[in-house]
Order: sequence, then structure tokens, then C-alpha cells
Amino acid sequence: MNNIKHVNNINLELSHLIIILLGAGMIYPVLWLFFASFKEGTQIFSDPGLWPKPWILENYSHGWTGIGIVPFKTFFLNSFIISAGCVVANALACSVSAYAFARLEFKGKKFWFAILMVTFMLPGHVTMIPRYVIFRNLGWIDTFKPFVLPKFFGGDGYFIFLMVQFIRSLPKDMDESAIIDGCGKFRIFTRIIMPLSIPPVITTVLFSFLWSWDDFMGHMIFLNSPEKFTVPLGLRLFLDSSGSSSWGAMFAMSVVSLLPCFVLFFSLQKYFVQGISTTGVKG
Amino acid sequence: MEGDSIPLRQPIIHKRSFNRSLKDNLSSYVFLVPWLLGLFIWTFYPLVYSLYLSFTQYNIIQSPKWIGLRNYFVMFIGNDEFPRDERFMKSLLVTLHYVVVSVPSKLIFALAVAMLMNQKLKGIPFYRTIYYIPTLLGGSIAISILWRRLFAGDGIINIIIRQISGGRLDPPSWLSSPEFSLYTLIILTVWQFGSPMIIFLAGLKQIPTEYYEAASVDGAGKVRQFFAITIPCLSPIIFFNFVMQMIGAFQSFTQAYVISGGTGGPVDSTMFYSLYLYLRGFAYGAMGYASAMAWVLLVIIAAMTALSFKVSGSFVSYGSGK
Repeated sequence: MNNIKHVNNINLELSHLIIILLGAGMIYPVLWLFFASFKEGTQIFSDPGLWPKPWILENYSHGWTGIGIVPFKTFFLNSFIISAGCVVANALACSVSAYAFARLEFKGKKFWFAILMVTFMLPGHVTMIPRYVIFRNLGWIDTFKPFVLPKFFGGDGYFIFLMVQFIRSLPKDMDESAIIDGCGKFRIFTRIIMPLSIPPVITTVLFSFLWSWDDFMGHMIFLNSPEKFTVPLGLRLFLDSSGSSSWGAMFAMSVVSLLPCFVLFFSLQKYFVQGISTTGVKG
Repeated sequence: MEGDSIPLRQPIIHKRSFNRSLKDNLSSYVFLVPWLLGLFIWTFYPLVYSLYLSFTQYNIIQSPKWIGLRNYFVMFIGNDEFPRDERFMKSLLVTLHYVVVSVPSKLIFALAVAMLMNQKLKGIPFYRTIYYIPTLLGGSIAISILWRRLFAGDGIINIIIRQISGGRLDPPSWLSSPEFSLYTLIILTVWQFGSPMIIFLAGLKQIPTEYYEAASVDGAGKVRQFFAITIPCLSPIIFFNFVMQMIGAFQSFTQAYVISGGTGGPVDSTMFYSLYLYLRGFAYGAMGYASAMAWVLLVIIAAMTALSFKVSGSFVSYGSGK
């Protein structure tokens, strides 16, 4: 018996060791990127080690002033405006739609819910070109409207689905007693369902932010003047125009571009894990 | 009028309850109106319009010109007048290659790590966080730029390989050789196994430990337990992950764009379907053709999803495991 326990312990230690080594290997590129942003150009090219010798901050100051006329600050501001807009739109619109699907009874509910499931499996490419034509006719090209305004119409299907799952799991007693007390649908929504649905709303906020922050194809299609560029486009501009000459500055701005994701992730980790494991958010 | 009132009584009651249910239905629909509007404006109408565009020649400046099936003809068949678009086939094959290799690898990796973590070990939440970081950051341009540097001919990966092998190995320039460039993208994808891992981990926790205890009492080894308990119990989750990852993989764009510098090179070896569609539609201004490509993609994804559902029927069990 003792022997078996011993073997189990060794197995456990071995698993632990594998997890640590593999984790170190996985995180190494990210750490390397972080430290490389403080290295001098020659060291970036030659040194697989992490520690900068010497530590320099020029990469950051050089990168922040940007290339040409547009400073990196502009890209950041633009990205923040778009992401904040997406977050607000999704949080509002998705919770309204989700409430309807999860709690209200109406004809054709099953049908529309099936359509909802289909829409979030639909490749965005199929609607991309017509949307471009629509936005062009509306004069929205090279503005932030195409990213934000459509989301006010019901929000992204994925997040609606996530919230529906959550709201369905809430006990119905409170709604029922509220109905007896004469509460209307809107008040049940604002006073009962929403206060209880904070976790999926936070998950929605997080992923809306991240997805719009990382969106590259959309920004590339709908934005064309550099002063409207977002962080992904700014980094691409950097890559195209400076080539291999200023990897240091490019890495510095890459690190800055990843910071908001890090901050969000570490401050709201609980909701992340919850969101992913309950609905399997893609990624 | 008086005489009519008796036969009308029944319908009146009926009408009132009908009115109430109508009112109830309408007040419920109010909450759905924004979504329905969005569905018709931003999804249904664009779907129909892109289907129409796929039968036209369209460059956004001139109005669409009907050319029937020619876009599809050029993709798959071609003749002397309208030669077949070989790059289309190439991009489809590259994407299939990418999907077929990256999706199963990612899932196997995710499951293996989830099983390692599903033990009584200290610090699992911490490791879970570490393993999720690549997924958190992987979709960004920043990481694609990093990859471009790491896998360059004089990049860090090659420096490490040379150091470890003592200079005996001469690794190729991964990104500029057509045989390897796609694999750098596959590695980048598999590296981001965090999401499926977390889902698997949650699923593994749901499997009752009694199953394993009973199995080991009956003398089943670890391998037997894995195939007889773990896999069947997880099968719905595996299936779900597979479908989601596959749909996502077919649409990959950012990494291929950044790592190949927007060319899909070398020699179209990283020309993902999405990338080629983007180039045709927005760089060459062939929006009719790009719409046709989008519809072919839709059909492929729908067919693959339907096929997965069909195949899954034979092995996915929704038994009492959950």
C-alpha cells in the first residue's frame, strides 16, 4: 500500500515537473518579447536570453512618437474609442436580446433562437462585401461607425448565447412574484434579471473589448487614413515602413499594445474562466 | 344587433384572450426588435446581396455586371477564354492542410495538458493562467510580429537550435521556405490551446471519480480507463471544441497576413483562403469574385459542420456522464 502511494507521488511530481517545464516553454516567447523591448538592436538579433544588457528605454520613446506624422498615441486613442463603443453596444444590446430569448414567451421563439445559433457560426466573409457597400453608401468608410453602430442592433450572437445560458439558469421565483406584484417585463428586466446577470455581462465586456482590440481585417477594410488608424494598423504601418531597422521600437509598441489585454485579464480572471468554461468562447 | 349577440359571445371571449396573447406576444417582441432589425439589415440582406454579387463582375465603382456562373466556373473548371484560377485551388488546399493539421493537434495538446492539470496539484489556477496567456495574446498583431522575428532565418529559434546542436544542425529559414512556412503558422495556432484546455479541464472535473475507481477495481489500466471512460464522457465537449476550432481555423487571416507581409508567400504557401479572398476583393477590386469565394467558404464550412454532426452521432455519448 505504501509502495503504491510512493509511486503515485512520483507520478504526481513528474506531472508537476512537466507542467512547469511546458508552461515555461509556452510563456518564453511572451517574456522574450517583453525583455527584448528594453534591449538594444544588436542584442535583439543575437540573444535568445531574456535579460537586457544594458536596459534602455529609447525603444519606447522612439516608438511612441511614431512614424511620419501620426504618433502612436493616436492609434491608441482610436482603438480605445472603438473598443469602448463595442463594449457598451454589446453589453446593452445583448442583454436585451438575451432577456427576450431566455425569459419571454412569444411565437417563433425556437425558430429565431435557431437562427441566432446559425448566425454565430456564419463566416463573416459572406456579409463583409455587402456591408462594405452599405457603409460606403452611408458615408461611414474611414469612420468608427461600422465597428460600433451595427452592434447596437441586438449585439453579437455569441454573447447573446452566453447570456441566455446564464439567465436560463436563474430561478424563476423572483420573476413570478414580481409579476404578481404587477411588475412589467421591462421592470423585471432592469430590476431583477440584470442585477443577477453581472457575471455574463462582465464576460461579454471582456471579450468584446479583446476582439475589437485585436480586429485586424475589419480595421484594414473600413479605415484608410493614418490618423484614423488603430493599434493593429499602426503596428502594421510600423512593420511596413521601417522594415527590420527598428525592431526595438516595434517590440516596445507591441508590448504597449498588449498591456490593456493583460490588465483586463488579470483584474477579471474569474469571469474569464467562467465565460470560457460555460460556453466555450472561441479563441 | 341584439339577436346577433348570443352567437357572438363565444368569439368575443376568444377575441379577448386572443388580444391578450397578442399583446403579450407583442410586448415580448419589443425586446427582440433591435436584434431582428440587426438580423435583417446586417445579416439577411448582406447574405442575399452577396449571393447576387457572386454572379456578377463588380469593382464597387461601376455597377455590378451579371456574368452568370462565370466566377464559379473560373474557380473550379476554367477554359481557354476564362482560364482556371490556380491560386484559388492553391489557397483552398493550403487552408485545408492548415485545418487538418492544426485543429487536431491543438485539441490533443489541450486535452493532454488538461489531464495533467486535473490532478491534486498545488498551484493549478496559476498554471492555468500561464497556459492561457498565449490564447489571450495570440490573436494580436504584436504576437504575429514577434513570430516573424522568432522564426526568421537569423531569428532566435535558429540561434537556439544552433547552440543546442553545437552548430551541427543548420536550420532553414523557416518563413522563407515554402515547405516550412505553413508550419510556423500551425505552431502559432497550436500554441494558443488555452480555450479548449480550460473547457476540457471543466469537463474532466465533471466525470465522477467512482467511474475510475470501479474501473481500477475491475483491473482496467490507465490507458483502458482513458479510452473507456475519459473519451466517452468528454465526447460532447471534444465534439463542440472540434467544430468551433474548425470553423475558426477556416477563417484564419491575421497571422498569415502579418507573417507573410500580406502576400501569402513564399510561393503562396501561406495563402489562406481568407487572405486570398481579401486580396481579390479589396486589393484587386474583384468584389464579385470575392463574394463567390465567400459563398464557397460558407458551403464548405456548413458541409464540414454537418459532416461532423453526422459522424459524431456514432461516438458522441450524451449519457449520464454529465
